[in-house]
Amino acid sequence: MTTYRLPNRGRVDHGKPVRFSFDGKSYQGLAGDTLASALLANGVHLMGRSFKYHRPRGVVSAGSDEPNALFGTRRGAGRFEPNTRATIQELREGLDATSQNRWPSLAFDMGAINDNLGSLFSAGFYYKTFMWPRAFWDRVYEPVIRNAAGLGVSPSEPDADSYASRFAHVDVLVVGAGPAGLAAALAAGRSGASVMLVDENSEVGGTLLSEPAVTIDDKPAWDWLAATTAEFDALPNVTVMTRTTAIGYYHQNLVGLCQRLTDHLDTPPEGAPRERMWKVRAREVVLAQGALEKPLVFDGNDRPGVLLAGAAQTYLNRYGVKVGDRPAIVTAHDSAWYTAFDLAEAGAKPAAIVDVRATVDHALTDRARALGIEALLGRTVTGTSGRLRVKSLRVNRMDGGKAGEARDIACDAVLMCGGWTPCLHLFSHTQGKLTWDEALQVYLPGKKTETVQIAGAGRGLWSIAASLEDGANAGTLAARDVGCQAEAPAFTVSADRTGSGVTCKELPTDRDAGKAKAFIDFQNDVTAKDIRLAVREGMRSIEHVKRYTTNGMATDQGKMSNVNGLMIAADALGKAPPQVGLTTFRPPYSPTTFGSFAGYHKDATFEVTRKTPIDGWAEAQGAAYEPVSLWRRAWYFPKPGEDMHAAVSRECRGARASVGIFDASTLGKIEVVGPDAVTFMERMYTNPWAKLAPGRCRYGLLLGEDGFIRDDGVIGRLSADRFHVTTTTGGAARVLNMMEDYLQTEWPDLKVWLTSTTEQWAVVALQGPNARKVLEPFVEGLDISAEAFPHMAVAECTVAGFPARLFRVSFTGELGFEVNVPARHGRALWEKLWEAGQQYDIVPYGTETMHVLRAEKGYIIVGQDTDGTLTPDDAGLTWAIGKAKPDFVGKRSLTRPDMVAKGRKQLVGLLTDDPKVVLQEGAQIVADPAQPKPMTMIGHVTSSYWSDALGRSIAMAVVVDGRDRDGQTLHVPMPDGTITAKVVKGTVFLDPENARISV
Amino acid sequence: MLLIHCPYCEQDLPELEFAYAGEAHIARPTDPSKLSDEEWRDFLFIRTNPKGVHFERWRHLNGCARFFNAVRETVGDKFLATYKTGEPRPDITSLMGDAK
Repeated sequence: MTTYRLPNRGRVDHGKPVRFSFDGKSYQGLAGDTLASALLANGVHLMGRSFKYHRPRGVVSAGSDEPNALFGTRRGAGRFEPNTRATIQELREGLDATSQNRWPSLAFDMGAINDNLGSLFSAGFYYKTFMWPRAFWDRVYEPVIRNAAGLGVSPSEPDADSYASRFAHVDVLVVGAGPAGLAAALAAGRSGASVMLVDENSEVGGTLLSEPAVTIDDKPAWDWLAATTAEFDALPNVTVMTRTTAIGYYHQNLVGLCQRLTDHLDTPPEGAPRERMWKVRAREVVLAQGALEKPLVFDGNDRPGVLLAGAAQTYLNRYGVKVGDRPAIVTAHDSAWYTAFDLAEAGAKPAAIVDVRATVDHALTDRARALGIEALLGRTVTGTSGRLRVKSLRVNRMDGGKAGEARDIACDAVLMCGGWTPCLHLFSHTQGKLTWDEALQVYLPGKKTETVQIAGAGRGLWSIAASLEDGANAGTLAARDVGCQAEAPAFTVSADRTGSGVTCKELPTDRDAGKAKAFIDFQNDVTAKDIRLAVREGMRSIEHVKRYTTNGMATDQGKMSNVNGLMIAADALGKAPPQVGLTTFRPPYSPTTFGSFAGYHKDATFEVTRKTPIDGWAEAQGAAYEPVSLWRRAWYFPKPGEDMHAAVSRECRGARASVGIFDASTLGKIEVVGPDAVTFMERMYTNPWAKLAPGRCRYGLLLGEDGFIRDDGVIGRLSADRFHVTTTTGGAARVLNMMEDYLQTEWPDLKVWLTSTTEQWAVVALQGPNARKVLEPFVEGLDISAEAFPHMAVAECTVAGFPARLFRVSFTGELGFEVNVPARHGRALWEKLWEAGQQYDIVPYGTETMHVLRAEKGYIIVGQDTDGTLTPDDAGLTWAIGKAKPDFVGKRSLTRPDMVAKGRKQLVGLLTDDPKVVLQEGAQIVADPAQPKPMTMIGHVTSSYWSDALGRSIAMAVVVDGRDRDGQTLHVPMPDGTITAKVVKGTVFLDPENARISV
Repeated sequence: MLLIHCPYCEQDLPELEFAYAGEAHIARPTDPSKLSDEEWRDFLFIRTNPKGVHFERWRHLNGCARFFNAVRETVGDKFLATYKTGEPRPDITSLMGDAK
């Protein structure tokens, strides 16, 4: 196979061959290559198929702006990544790359028929084509589009890699390590400021890597680079990170960095993270992102072998690869001439330099003549040929502003340059304003919103000398701003190849412009005529043009396409570019893995799992768990062979027949203490507290100021100035926040202290007719007989030798106790009670049984039976309101007109006509199942269970005017038929006299 | 992620430590029963939601847990000042001068 590698050229290691494969075929590259440079060295230009038209495509760029050369890369199971940019992926031994968007093969792709049907796929195609018939959308259009759409294929296995994250704080963060960034980091680093210099490439240097002939301070560029790197290494206050992309610039100089750690390694170290996400807070930021080269827009500018001239220069000088033997150059800027010269000196035979400008610097034409390169000035380019690789270029003379006589030039590559535009992405993230520079025909950074400096080509300074000087000044200013003494270093530069050029719209043609495939956005297949069509069809704003054509909306974020799109849209609109404006660049700067965003937040460390002190016991018993907010709670305790239904029925029977034991430690607990504690409670909760005697408990109901139920729980008064408040498991933090809010900001005069004690107390509930028998022997210092310690009593005592707060409360309708002990004693207490309970066949039960038992008694669960729109009256809880109280949170809202109007949804019981049928929670309820669809829904099922005690199903529901519907039959339409059920006004299904509680 | 100055801790700390708590300077009426339905509605629901300078409450939730007030410019999403609960509103004109 022909090699396009030049011996002894570039920064690759010619002594270190690296094997890799592309579409199953084995190739050899060199250490230091990217996948793109290695393929080019093997003469491979065809690297992919385009997104919409499936046109054959080759690599266009040599950097992160690459739109075409996207690959699937694989490294063993779980390590597959789609859309890997061949220009960024460094070559590693055994790299396995496959092309995308083609079937059956890259060279012969059935999807390419889209290219011939191009007229069907014009701008706004989706909006226009799939309007009707409506029914076709779900069954025909969407499946077909979804199948055809997308770049590459998604990984099908869980990601086997791990990802890291880290915070950093620095004085000066420099983004981009080209001449400007290096000079900025030198200036700031020498001053002693802490400096972080980051670059997305595998090594620092930027343009210098592609311009080895430049000398800085009398050293060849690469020697200067080595000396500068060595100086950074010697400065402890300077951190240099390569392979690190600044993906987003956020408020107050917070910059997100994604550092790639292992993708370039032949064998990653065991357990090493693949990437690390940095969040860097910098006092000063220097943006030295450089400039992006623009393609020229002409018919066939996307064939494999057509690439940016600057990229060809990089492949030549940095990687030692000729992109072709006979390249033709098409340019609007001087820089591409230098590429032609470098290639000619390296042995290639440039076919011609075609410049759209009628005149250029004589030094350029003289040099071209000396190298034997034909220079064609004042020309336009109107086409290319070659199916899988460009074969020729069609060049026309310009006559009076029109394309004239044409001529075909044979070539094996076309190197285009439409000039350069500052990379404004990160600056745009800060909402910085852009200013149009009429002379340079580019947008430059304007008004800043952050403490940031932009240096070098990023603000339109094209030469290396100017960039070094500008970077040095920026770094000096930044260092001085953080209080360091800094002097800007000066640099002498020679052989600096500064150029200038013009900015173009699409190049004039003598052919039918409507048939031209002159691409602006290569990745989204947007052509010049798409932009003009969008304007003809009424799009006026550049934001609309962008969305209608999808220009700049691909994963390359319009790095190549945005300015070309703007120039053509402005021309079509008959406006100047600044009157049209640029679309906003948004983070991330380049595609970023989900893994690096997730970082450590996966699997067991996805989020905190809160466990009670008794959790380990439940785990040893083989409990099934359910998550309740961040807690994991024992859901039920299956015995061998039992399913959930059988286990829950057994647990329910055990608790009602004898005694059950339940871990209630997750209950939210707040200690409300102080001389004004009772006043505070009076104001917060609906219930009256002033007359509640110490040693007694009361059910407390908490509303929002809007009158809707927020939380509830049993509250014990331990002494005149101390309340033990319990909240729902999920509501603890919210309730404390609400209490703190009122205490700190509305009633700061109240002497009250609030303390979260949720995790300080372990709570063991004993429920059932034998609960007292189990507990009594353990209790010291308290008589817990029915007379001495009645229902809703609370006292401090000792239980099993542990200091305890003992509550006689019931969430089951049975005789019940809840023993609170310091958390560290929770497990020991549980095990003692468990052991003692054996003689009564004590049964541990989980949250599901707890739910069934409470539902049999009609006790609500806030957040399940209420949803933030229920008033106390809606929920049947008016008894919990202290009628005589002048005020409490939410009281005023309870008399607002809508809160007392007819037609509110009220909580009622619902009994299915077929007692065996258990309704689905959340199921919708209708009055008349025969009504036409969409039906009027009058409510929904909130709680529904099989009740072992009643031998039938039970349910609660919220239904419009529910309490007026006592005995009415309602209907619950389900996919497999409608279920009928009768309303019962009360929600208490078992023991309405509360006889079982009072034993 | 913003840096927020807690006026109690007297430190600039990351937004992660704080929780937003709605518009500031809306005092709960001392006797809500005296308010008409419309007045009470306005107290409950009507907020200024300005494009520009906004007086708002924050809580240093994962820190000192205190509620405090802040002046934030909502277009650029920049804090102009923070101050303790109960203190009067700062003068906007002088703050906007600082912001420039």
